[in-house]
Amino acid sequence: MDFQLSDEHKMIAETAYKLGESFGLEYWREMDAKKSFPKEIWQAICDAGLSGAALPEEYGGSDLGMFEMALIVENLSASGGGSTLGQLFMINPIFGGVTISKFGTDAMKRDMLPKLISGEMNTCMALTESNAGSNTLEIRSFAAQDGDGWLLNGEKIWITAVSDAQKMLVIARTKKIDEVTRRTDGLSMFMIDVDRKGLTHHSIDKLGTRTLSSETVFFEDVRIEPDELVGTLHGGWKELLDTLNTERIVTTAGLVGAGQLAIRLAVAYANEREVFGKTPIGAYQGLQFPLAQTHAEIECARLMNYKAAAQFDAGQPYSSEANAAKLIAAQAASMATERSMQTMGGMGYATESHVERLWRDARLFRFAPVSEEMILNFIAVHDLGMPRSY
Amino acid sequence: MKVLVAVKRVVDYNVKVRAKADGSDVDLNNVKMAINPFCEIAVEEAVRLKEAGVATEVIAVSVGEKSCQEQIRTAMALGADRGIQVETDAGVEPLVVAKLLKGVVDKEQPQLVILGKQSIDGDNNQTGQMLGALANMAQGTFASEVVVDGDKVNVTREVDGGLQTVSLNLPAIVTTDLRLNEPRYASLPNIMKAKKKQLDVYSPADLGVEVTSHLTQVKVEPPAERKAGVKVADVDELIDKLKNEAKVIS
Ligand SMILES: Cc1cc2nc3c(=O)[nH]c(=O)nc-3n(C[C@H](O)[C@H](O)[C@H](O)COP(=O)(O)OP(=O)(O)OC[C@H]3O[C@@H](n4cnc5c(N)ncnc54)[C@H](O)[C@@H]3O)c2cc1C
Repeated sequence: MDFQLSDEHKMIAETAYKLGESFGLEYWREMDAKKSFPKEIWQAICDAGLSGAALPEEYGGSDLGMFEMALIVENLSASGGGSTLGQLFMINPIFGGVTISKFGTDAMKRDMLPKLISGEMNTCMALTESNAGSNTLEIRSFAAQDGDGWLLNGEKIWITAVSDAQKMLVIARTKKIDEVTRRTDGLSMFMIDVDRKGLTHHSIDKLGTRTLSSETVFFEDVRIEPDELVGTLHGGWKELLDTLNTERIVTTAGLVGAGQLAIRLAVAYANEREVFGKTPIGAYQGLQFPLAQTHAEIECARLMNYKAAAQFDAGQPYSSEANAAKLIAAQAASMATERSMQTMGGMGYATESHVERLWRDARLFRFAPVSEEMILNFIAVHDLGMPRSY
Repeated sequence: MKVLVAVKRVVDYNVKVRAKADGSDVDLNNVKMAINPFCEIAVEEAVRLKEAGVATEVIAVSVGEKSCQEQIRTAMALGADRGIQVETDAGVEPLVVAKLLKGVVDKEQPQLVILGKQSIDGDNNQTGQMLGALANMAQGTFASEVVVDGDKVNVTREVDGGLQTVSLNLPAIVTTDLRLNEPRYASLPNIMKAKKKQLDVYSPADLGVEVTSHLTQVKVEPPAERKAGVKVADVDELIDKLKNEAKVIS
């Protein structure tokens, strides 16, 4: 087992870190306050070729894997972005890039991949519905056959960055749930325009990850053209899992970076701040131990995420690893940001210390894109062979 | 015009270095290494000359152990066309490096050699100047602007109290100051391309240079801890202390 990074890996990590540093924490503070999509840094990320890391070379990508993607996201997150950085990589390179490069038609690849890699196009993915939630297979949005295409009706909730996207990956039923014997049957993926007759969306006000909108989406007789089907008609579920599981790897990488950043800010503060006499508060074990504990957990999550990514890249099963890494990373990043704020006392509550943004953002990932409980369910049932409780 | 750029592997500038317990050296165990920031500026300047159509080829050279190939690769990812490593395990000091670089200059015959003004580990600020003397080339040190003009290069230098511009006949040597440019970071496609670029390895013997050290490092120790300050009761006491204790005002 070789834990050494190659020279190229070190350079990739370095580029990502330097790029993030060149924008810095203040950039994110400002974007967060304005609730504005971080366009400038996303463009810089695309210009440096980082969004196309795992996408095919013939469309402008670098044909690397999820491992390199994890390195990139981790470093961009640690150098200022925090956990929300992972979401930028979800919406474009994963929801758009991975889905299209694995299951899209040649025309879709030619049209979308170069634009996703260069930063000209953003995508979003509409899966979640309010009546289904974690029970994804219960979604009811329905695409009914309409001549050679489909007519889509239904609604979605919590869809990230719809307003800033041109294309939407929609997951809908193409067979009614009561007409199938297995609920995984009859689901299909479509890549449609966000700007289309019958499609409306509204933003939800929320606690964190404020540079990316979260939106409800309504479909009223939205026409889908025949060439907008991605992958297999009725067989979209199995294919979607590759999108969702790679999303997990990127999420974890964002969390690992966020934890590292929160701890770094806390340590820098604690080693300077003196309250009782000349002893820096960093010398108190009551402050040290929780930071040391989360550091250890972050490092474990990082390693498990590398394993998941390496297995994905080698074409081996990786969902147990990806789930375990995401579970621990989300808890550790939450704890790291929480303890970082506690370490700073009142200053941790001020936006100028940045940790309150990291704290708000990291909280999301304990229940999204998949909740802690659903991961524990997965581990209990799949890894431990226990009965399903629901 | 061929440009040779020297790059050195040093401790990353973000690392807080520690002296070894026995005081023999700085502890480099498990410490992040990087291109010396002044060398990074040198690479950037050479690459800009190439992008401007002034330079035709940029060669990055480093003297050191095999590990310094990492920094040569970085320079190639930033835009250098090929690399040269002069392999030596001996502790490299300015005169030795200058002699080895002179060997590379003889081999490659560059019109311009760009080096950092100093490396952030040894802080010697000697290699460029020594190379100038050995190779009998004109030198413009502490450059904040470099303009190639026909068979001359005009170098604006940061000197105490202002700027000085010197005009040098090519071939010449330039050492970089901090304000010369702001180095880019390598793009991912260029990192991947660098992997395929040519990197030649020479031994000092290949260059006809004998590596003999002239320096012995006696001791390395951390700077003295800052003493705690004192609180003064009022402005009068402060003025009194500044006058009579610190003697900084009269
Ligand atoms: C900011 C944000 C961005 C998002 N972006 C997107 C997006 O871009 N695209 C998209 O499709 N979706 C998106 N989501 C949706 C996200 O994936 C869901 O919120 C998530 O899957 C959880 O679903 P839910 O919110 O309906 O919670 P619910 O399913 O209602 O769960 C509520 C609670 O019950 C627990 N629970 C439910 N079932 C069980 C069980 N069987 N055993 C134990 N506990 C259980 C859950 O763990 C959770 O704690 C986003 C959500 C947010 C908040």
